[in-house]
Amino acid sequence: MLNQKDILQTLDMIDKRHLDIRTITMGISLLDCCDADLSLCCQKIYNKITRCAKDLVKVGEEIEREFGIPIVNKRISVTPIALVAGTCVADSYVEIAKTLDAAAKTCGVNFIGGFSALVQKGCTAADWKLIRSIPEAMACTERVCSSVNVGSTKAGINMDAVAEMGRIIKKTAEITSDNDGLGCAKLVVFANAVEDNPFMAGAFHGVGEPECVLNVGVSGPGVVYHALQSVKGQPFDVVAETIKKTAFQVTRMGQIVGVEASKRLGVPFGIVDLSLAPTPAVGDSVARILEEMGLEVCGTHGTTAALALLNDAVKKGGVMASNHVGGLSGAFIPVSEDEGMIAAAESGTLTLSKLEAMTCVCSVGLDMIAVPGDTSAETISAIIADEAAIGMINTKTTAVRIIPAPNKVVGDRVEMGGLLGSAPVMPVHSESSAAFVARGGRIPAPIQSLKN
Amino acid sequence: MKAIVTVVGKDRVGIIAGVCIKLAEYNVNVLDISQTVMQGYFTMMMAVDVSGCTLPLAELCKAMEQVGNEMSLSIKVQREDIFEAMHRI
Repeated sequence: MLNQKDILQTLDMIDKRHLDIRTITMGISLLDCCDADLSLCCQKIYNKITRCAKDLVKVGEEIEREFGIPIVNKRISVTPIALVAGTCVADSYVEIAKTLDAAAKTCGVNFIGGFSALVQKGCTAADWKLIRSIPEAMACTERVCSSVNVGSTKAGINMDAVAEMGRIIKKTAEITSDNDGLGCAKLVVFANAVEDNPFMAGAFHGVGEPECVLNVGVSGPGVVYHALQSVKGQPFDVVAETIKKTAFQVTRMGQIVGVEASKRLGVPFGIVDLSLAPTPAVGDSVARILEEMGLEVCGTHGTTAALALLNDAVKKGGVMASNHVGGLSGAFIPVSEDEGMIAAAESGTLTLSKLEAMTCVCSVGLDMIAVPGDTSAETISAIIADEAAIGMINTKTTAVRIIPAPNKVVGDRVEMGGLLGSAPVMPVHSESSAAFVARGGRIPAPIQSLKN
Repeated sequence: MKAIVTVVGKDRVGIIAGVCIKLAEYNVNVLDISQTVMQGYFTMMMAVDVSGCTLPLAELCKAMEQVGNEMSLSIKVQREDIFEAMHRI
């Protein structure tokens, strides 16, 4: 029989340390839903999603109960809509967003990702239509998430798309100003986007993926934080080992849930995304892990090194625990969704510049950051370009999810609610980047040797 | 299929009896029990076989949770796999 200590440790992690499965996300290919007639296309999309995912929530809840571990979110990702909608004779794809929203409601999932376009090298007519549909789509739907990939290590950075995304983000914030620009929380701009990411808002079902697949995202900042409390003052070798062991345990949980869910749904199991995804709850923060390593406040000198160690150790521990690892895999640093990050940003220690540096060594990028409402579209584009450059040069995924909160100034707070949390409005540089962004064109793909 | 039943709460007369009677009602076979009382708190772990259980596992979990509420105890039934996965390579 298992020993008592092991059983109690698992229960303790779940009950007191916020260990949970953050999401099981079903990826569904919509490539067979193309139609020249927009309403027929919408009908096919609705039918396919509701057919494939009809049992997703039910099975998720069953597993939750049987294993006694919470599965916080059940979600769906679909083929980037720009690829599906290209055949449609239509000027706007807002109707498709509404269809996705309706399908998500029917299935009972809280988010559906894939109102997306992949434009790292250039935009097709459909890509432009999709991008220009984003503001209205974000305003008139509740559960649809959108993402646009503007750069990659192989293709460089599409600066025309970067410039347009600055304007789109501004417009999305304005059109959803009643909710403090909430629409922007559902919109991510990527470089090197991955095809099997289960986490929102950036999930989409890539073209290299099978017909239908199940991906799992684990979480567990609270568990790692607690484990580190038992090795206070010890060298980093011990810290790294402790994180690895904890990440292994957390990931095994994701693996077993993923395999079980895919068996019951009759859908192949894709990957476990080894991410440390924080929530606004106290005790579930990535920032507090960094502080536990000996930093007074997250964002002070040493934060990047601490995060690099954390991110790497999580991967090393998790890789052995799962037969397929993928997605974004790493520590997330979404400001509004992390109680410690919020506190650090409010104290002024955690700045946009430091966050940018942190994104060089961890998963994703500038995530859930509120900036003043009068931030120009060009400045937002320039922030996107900086992040995309980090991703492009370092061969990693980076992203920007930024909220230019309408009518808010530095020091105000933006309330997103639920898992999205609340974000203090952070200052941006007031000096213009307009002429830089106005150049357009493409930043060439980087050389992959002579690394320095 | 095996499951682990954990029972935690303030110690008093009849906890094991109460839990076992309920499990027997659902045709759940107890394979192993380990139990301690720490500072007045009763902690029991049971390995049980649920292959012959008259309820689907998810409903057994719910039913036992309900029994726990009635007895002012925390009773959890979880598939054994989750502990195995976490603590065995």
